[in-house]
Amino acid sequence: MGIGGHVGWVGNCIANSISGLNFEEHTTFGRLRPLHTNAVIFAFVGNGIFMGVYYSLQRLMKARMFSDLLSKLHFWGWQLIIVSAAVSFPLGITSGKEYAELEWPIDIMITLVWVIFAINFFGTIIKRRERHLYVAVWFYIATIITVAVLHIINSLSLPISLAKSYSVYAGVQDALVQWWYGHNAVAFFLTTPYLGLMYYFLPKAVNRPVYSYRLSIIHFWALIFLYIWAGPHHLLYTALPDWAQSLGVVFSVMLIAPSWVV
Amino acid sequence: MSVIIVLISASLLIATGFLIAFFWSVKSGQYQDDYTPSVRILFDNDKIYLKKTKQQILKLLIYDHREI
Repeated sequence: MGIGGHVGWVGNCIANSISGLNFEEHTTFGRLRPLHTNAVIFAFVGNGIFMGVYYSLQRLMKARMFSDLLSKLHFWGWQLIIVSAAVSFPLGITSGKEYAELEWPIDIMITLVWVIFAINFFGTIIKRRERHLYVAVWFYIATIITVAVLHIINSLSLPISLAKSYSVYAGVQDALVQWWYGHNAVAFFLTTPYLGLMYYFLPKAVNRPVYSYRLSIIHFWALIFLYIWAGPHHLLYTALPDWAQSLGVVFSVMLIAPSWVV
Repeated sequence: MSVIIVLISASLLIATGFLIAFFWSVKSGQYQDDYTPSVRILFDNDKIYLKKTKQQILKLLIYDHREI
């Protein structure tokens, strides 16, 4: 799926750069670009996260998942969201917020599936047979909680029909919410879950523990308290107040600490 | 820029939650041993703990012990 996503993207760029190759509105850049980003991030990376978490969590917690029914609902619910994205984007149904283009009914579906995931995940932690929470599990916890908050706050909108809604924020306020979300979606959907997976699958693959488990613990706690404040660096030299831009940059520079720890 | 209040409150709420989690993890002794957890993840016993019910686990332990 990842390779398909990128091949599709290159093809799309070439086709759109040669005028006359846009056969109809369904395959224009503005519709295929969100389809590409959503497919790669939420379909490819998302399914990768879920697969890795379901595999490693049960082994780290020495317990089966909390509920087989919730696991199935989670899996099929997420595939349904992917299919609705693949259908709605070429049809031009979009809320226009980058990496959050899906319209409100699908946004609600995402929320429900994410809550199902959270219940299943925390249920498994509660019934675990291993007292220690391995560092990877902490990265998963950060992912689940933060993505839920980001998704809900950024997707708040007023629907005017089944396929169209308007953000509750306006102008630069919307831009700030958008990049608070966009930045932290990269942080907590693309970064923290995979750091967790790496802390599990890399030692398993080479059958050796991490170089320093102590450093991995420092890595997690340093990252969790710094990452969320760096969003304004996506809005440098815009209408965002200077102090907010500077603060965002300060936190971005401080992120060197956890990055070096890795 | 009133919306920044919403974003900072939400971020602070998450941060406070994790601060509490951090205090809990330190106080409850999660990090008293900062070496062996990294070694223990290398040893699995899937066959036992991934079973659905206690009966299945017992059956494995009693009748199938050679496989474990």
